[in-house]
Amino acid sequence: MPQNEMIQDLGLDEYKYHFITEDEPVFRSGRGLNEKVVREISAQKEEPEWMLEFRLKALEIYNAKPMPTWGGDLSNLEKVLDEIYYYVRPQDKMEHSWDDVPANIKETFERLGIPEAEQKILAGVGAQYESEMVYHSLKKEWEDKGVIFDSIEDGLKNHPELFREYFGTVIPSADNKFSAMNSAVWSGGSFVYIPKGVELDTPLQAYFRVNQEQMGQFERTLIIADEGSRAHYIEGCTAPVYSTESFHSGVIEIVVKPGAHFRYTTIQNWSNNMYNLVTQRALVHEGATMEWLDGNLGSKLTMKYPSCYLVGEGAHGSILSIAYSGDGQHQDTGGKVIHAAPNTSSQIVSKSISKGTGRSTYRGLCQVYEGSVNSKSNVECDALLINDTSRTDTYPYIEIEEKKSTIGHEATVSKVGDEQLFYLMSRGMSEEEAMALIVRGFIEPIAKLLPLEYAVELNRLIELEMEGSVG
Amino acid sequence: MSDTPILTIRNLHGKVADEDIEILHGVDLEIGRGEIHAIMGPNGSGKSTLAKTLSGHPGYEATDGEVIFEGEDLLEQEPDERSQSGLFLAFQYPVEIPGVSIANFLRTALQARLDEDEELDLFDFQDQLLSRMELLDMDPTFAERAVNDGFSGGEKKRNEILQMAMLQPKLALMDETDSGLDIDALQVVAHGVNALAKENPEMSFLIITHYQRLLNYIRPDHVHVMVGGRIVRSGGPEVAEELEASGYESFKPAAAG
Repeated sequence: MPQNEMIQDLGLDEYKYHFITEDEPVFRSGRGLNEKVVREISAQKEEPEWMLEFRLKALEIYNAKPMPTWGGDLSNLEKVLDEIYYYVRPQDKMEHSWDDVPANIKETFERLGIPEAEQKILAGVGAQYESEMVYHSLKKEWEDKGVIFDSIEDGLKNHPELFREYFGTVIPSADNKFSAMNSAVWSGGSFVYIPKGVELDTPLQAYFRVNQEQMGQFERTLIIADEGSRAHYIEGCTAPVYSTESFHSGVIEIVVKPGAHFRYTTIQNWSNNMYNLVTQRALVHEGATMEWLDGNLGSKLTMKYPSCYLVGEGAHGSILSIAYSGDGQHQDTGGKVIHAAPNTSSQIVSKSISKGTGRSTYRGLCQVYEGSVNSKSNVECDALLINDTSRTDTYPYIEIEEKKSTIGHEATVSKVGDEQLFYLMSRGMSEEEAMALIVRGFIEPIAKLLPLEYAVELNRLIELEMEGSVG
Repeated sequence: MSDTPILTIRNLHGKVADEDIEILHGVDLEIGRGEIHAIMGPNGSGKSTLAKTLSGHPGYEATDGEVIFEGEDLLEQEPDERSQSGLFLAFQYPVEIPGVSIANFLRTALQARLDEDEELDLFDFQDQLLSRMELLDMDPTFAERAVNDGFSGGEKKRNEILQMAMLQPKLALMDETDSGLDIDALQVVAHGVNALAKENPEMSFLIITHYQRLLNYIRPDHVHVMVGGRIVRSGGPEVAEELEASGYESFKPAAAG
């Protein structure tokens, strides 16, 4: 009997879906998605009636919508969706044991030089203590300024009116099948409000949001940057996130009010069994600026297209992304900009790296509505192929209804050339060092915008990934 | 040690890896420590093939003969090993590496020479970089630019010279480093070679060139004429002058014969 079948027969592959713990979790929904599960989630969270209704309606929409066929290969997804748990109460997740974390994940942590306490958090088996002090002093500063930075659950409990005014308005449940799914079963994520005119120098890091639940499988984040405010939100980490689940579907909604400036940075490195289907969108008002800075590594398939809806005159949106696809992985990413007001401007810069049998797809939409005069958009997508077996595709959709607008699109595909490698090797670098340096140079225009510690981690990760890329 | 040659080439035959046509038909050459050699020859004589074969370019293949560098069989080594044992190739067409600054590039190259558990001292590196750039009359901001990205021909060659100065090889091969340069850039290259040669009397050079003009600025100890994949004449600096007067035509029968 082949080993994989044997493991399945013995039930040893259980860890793919959940850790085996001796104690029964306090609460866990059954496998699969149905009305009972949705009601249980809402009841566990002690939600108001309107939220339960919102969830149930979203479930209906989810069930009615067909599986999308335009993007990456989702043919095996239905089976996955029938088997996963849609809700596990966060404190139960903490009961997993460090010993259960697979050796290869631990080894990657070691090689990235991540301290053990942090390793445990990343693996979902520990809580963050070390940064608590830092967090508390920052938290005080934020509170003094009237900034709200809470878990999404606390946001709903403590700020019900503000929450209800914006929740689900940027990304309606019916937007797509997975936004509907998230709307039905969301759990975890952040609720952020930046008051009028408040400027924050220190980024809000989801990482610091301790004693809250970790980012869930169906994370939901709602951010409101009020008029003239300025802030930067960061979530994620370049280290691989080991998840017991093979499915992640988040919804991130951001409202950028007139004159505000908001940047959302996320770097995620999922384990390679993961389907990662995320909807993230910002509504950008008059004279406001929204910047998405998005790094996607790992996963089996990622489909993610951060969007800016430029609805106020002079609004600006910028979407900068890096995608890395290793063997057997598919990153189907890009961005969407909708110009719905005059004098709006946007920029999309997308850089992808494909190694081995990895595949990167750029999928982007630039839409200019009639009346959005003097709008400008510029799209640049660059793909770097490491091996002959690597693949990249580009699908730029452009829909222009306004003649008085300027749209630019530029796409390049390059392959790491023998001449480049030889040049670096003739200076004493090994082939792998040479490859890593070329890749680092390729992503440099975006990596330099990252906070230093993220850029450093990203560089180390690329070095690790380039090992074994040659020969 | 100092009387053993740094490089010995015996009966080297070579070709382009994907093709069957032999380009080098048995090259013999010996370079002593601290010597400056020049190889001159017309287009297609095999000069660049010799440089690429010596430095281990994957597109070229040695089919016979041997090359001893620092007492080791050079042809057995990978390009990075050749570099680490003290060989340097200044490229005829230096390659662009977008997004990688010259400083970062050099730091990576120097780090690669150290043991795995050893970290390059960044302050020493910075000092060294600045002093080398001063020696070569270069603006310090040059090192912040991405390697060869959008460089003029002259800037690319300056970059090669800077790398040579930083990596401090025992033997530098200069593959038509002078081609396509105006007089100012030519003088920069010559100045770099002369400064390094003066600083380190043990360092050797093999200057490959089509034209005699670089040799107006760098005085070689030995000049070889390469025609048809062989060295057909070797002598002192007077050989270059002879070539200047009569051209390559007079050497061709010797190659045929």
